[in-house]
Amino acid sequence: MNRAKLLWPGIALIAISLLLLPFALSYAGTAWVRIANFAMLYVLLALGLNIVVGFAGLLDLGYIAFYAVGAYVYALLASPQFGLHLPFWVILPIGAAVAALFGVMLGAPTLKLRGDYLAIVTLGFGEIVRIFLNNLSQPVNITRGPQGIAGIDPVRVGSVDFSRSDSLLGVVFTGSMKYYYLLLLLLLAIVLINVRLQNSRIGRAWEAIREDEVAARAMGIDTTGMKLLAFAMGASFGGIAGGMFAAIQAFISPESFVLVESVMVVSMVVLGGMGNVAGVILGALLLAFVPEILRWTVEPVQQALFGKMLVEPEVIRMLIFGLALVLVMLFRPAGLLPSAVRKRELTHERTEP
Amino acid sequence: MVNGLTLGAVYAIVALGYTMVYGIIQLINFAHGELVMIGAMVAFTVINLLAAAGMPPLMVVLIGTACAIPVCMLVGYAMERLAYRPLRHAPRLAPLITAIGVSIILQHLAMLVWSRNVLAFPQIIPLTTYSFLGAVVTGVQITIVALCFAMMAGLALLVYRTRLGTAMRATAQNPQVARLMGVDVNRVIAATFVIGAALGAVAGVMFGTYYGVAQYTMGSVLGLKAFAAAVLGGIGNVPGAMVGGLLLGVVEALGAGYIGEISDLCRYDMLAASLGERCADGGHFVLFGSNYQDVFAFVVLILVLVFRPSGLLGERVGDRA
Repeated sequence: MNRAKLLWPGIALIAISLLLLPFALSYAGTAWVRIANFAMLYVLLALGLNIVVGFAGLLDLGYIAFYAVGAYVYALLASPQFGLHLPFWVILPIGAAVAALFGVMLGAPTLKLRGDYLAIVTLGFGEIVRIFLNNLSQPVNITRGPQGIAGIDPVRVGSVDFSRSDSLLGVVFTGSMKYYYLLLLLLLAIVLINVRLQNSRIGRAWEAIREDEVAARAMGIDTTGMKLLAFAMGASFGGIAGGMFAAIQAFISPESFVLVESVMVVSMVVLGGMGNVAGVILGALLLAFVPEILRWTVEPVQQALFGKMLVEPEVIRMLIFGLALVLVMLFRPAGLLPSAVRKRELTHERTEP
Repeated sequence: MVNGLTLGAVYAIVALGYTMVYGIIQLINFAHGELVMIGAMVAFTVINLLAAAGMPPLMVVLIGTACAIPVCMLVGYAMERLAYRPLRHAPRLAPLITAIGVSIILQHLAMLVWSRNVLAFPQIIPLTTYSFLGAVVTGVQITIVALCFAMMAGLALLVYRTRLGTAMRATAQNPQVARLMGVDVNRVIAATFVIGAALGAVAGVMFGTYYGVAQYTMGSVLGLKAFAAAVLGGIGNVPGAMVGGLLLGVVEALGAGYIGEISDLCRYDMLAASLGERCADGGHFVLFGSNYQDVFAFVVLILVLVFRPSGLLGERVGDRA
């Protein structure tokens, strides 16, 4: 009873603080709003991957490929590269659809594969996409190869340009702040979809496949279709996040879509708790802010102790990722905020035949 | 072709490490590529030190290898002990994720020790070339291929002729029963990791001396390709890894050599006509250049997994793929 009473005020409180957050952040420095934006992009990615890994139990190590596809679709349709300048609400769905197509392309031949094999194939797929992006500058120049595409259009709604500052009712909204609210909206939509999916027929079907594929098929679940759907949906979220990334950055190159990024998104999902939306959000936020926190702590500390930088924050960040993956698996295999089902499954010892 | 065989021999040795571990506990040891990298790095340090001291080149390389092997064995053992053994009965996703974590940790520790630069191995082995059946072969290539075959033969002997090998095969078939038969399963699994790590160290030294460079990121791509080789040959199958490695090396070398020619659309009359002036005067319209070399391994991997998941030499095992 008490919980129900606290629910709505709690949601209102979170909503207000999320709405006011960019102002508080810009007080600390304009860079922080941008950092928050990138953190939200990671949350989007992690939620998309959560559908594939968390719900359907298919480990995808090439997820960043879909992010890349979304980003490149946006870049090609809204930059001087081909002279196309479509508005973003046209491009984002196209990007999502193309990414979903890639998801099915990856999913269809790998339907029979399980677990570790699937992980390797998806990893290979991610690398193939990156190598193609790197080399599709010849013979016809599509992606401009390693140089990347620059001068990508920002998001524009009517006369409001998201790359510039505007003032409304005497309050100044910088470009990053406008992107913040746009991302917040997108995030809200995707969180809702995730939560609703989890308890739907589809979500339960995925869960059944994750637990035992043979049994799921015996119960009449269309395992082929459901797995493809998971790949396609996860990929389309990745595509949307990629499109936003291209718009915010205004520049993309294959370097942004390396294997390490895939691993990072997987770490977010694993750390937070596979299959649990709140956990995944927590994991993504934690890992997205780690490099920033390190930049503000490790550098000054080292400067003070040794007078120069001995260990770059980037290295420490990766070491923390690696350690986090190992330690979480060893001591809290279901993640920081485990989902109930997953917890049961992971703590229950597998019985050897 | 010769390049391919040499590269393939190195792949085969790395692939053996994957396949042995997989064969025994059904785990893809993602961090195996990093062991190869560490092997190359340790050897690099030792070789650099000794070469400066003016020792004979062959001795230097041998000592370098001799130093790399125990380091890798130690790392391999620690890896198994800390990251994999506690998870032996967990769902398969768990050790896979720790493997990724271990791989990241090793890579960045190596970066701290050896910097993020590409390290150039000193050119100490004189480049002697021989002509063999019309192909030009260097002494290093012959040594690498010969050493690889020797190591494969040694490993085959170990697996099929010794007590430890028998225990390994028993554990691979059924750990519970093996334990009942008096096999110390933990020890056997650790031994497998250590042997695989030693092979990886040798492969690392070979790769380093052959290409003359080493970098902290070299392990991941090499590891992936070697894994592709292991799958190609049939994972968990020792002769399969050898065949797969050699085959993949040759496919890669030949593919990179010919793909530009094959995908040059101007060679095909019908297409050339529609491309018009781009093809005039011996012009080229190359779809895929040799920069796509790295794609081959992955394409091979995906094709094998889709059409023949048990690999070329593997027997059909229901639940593996």
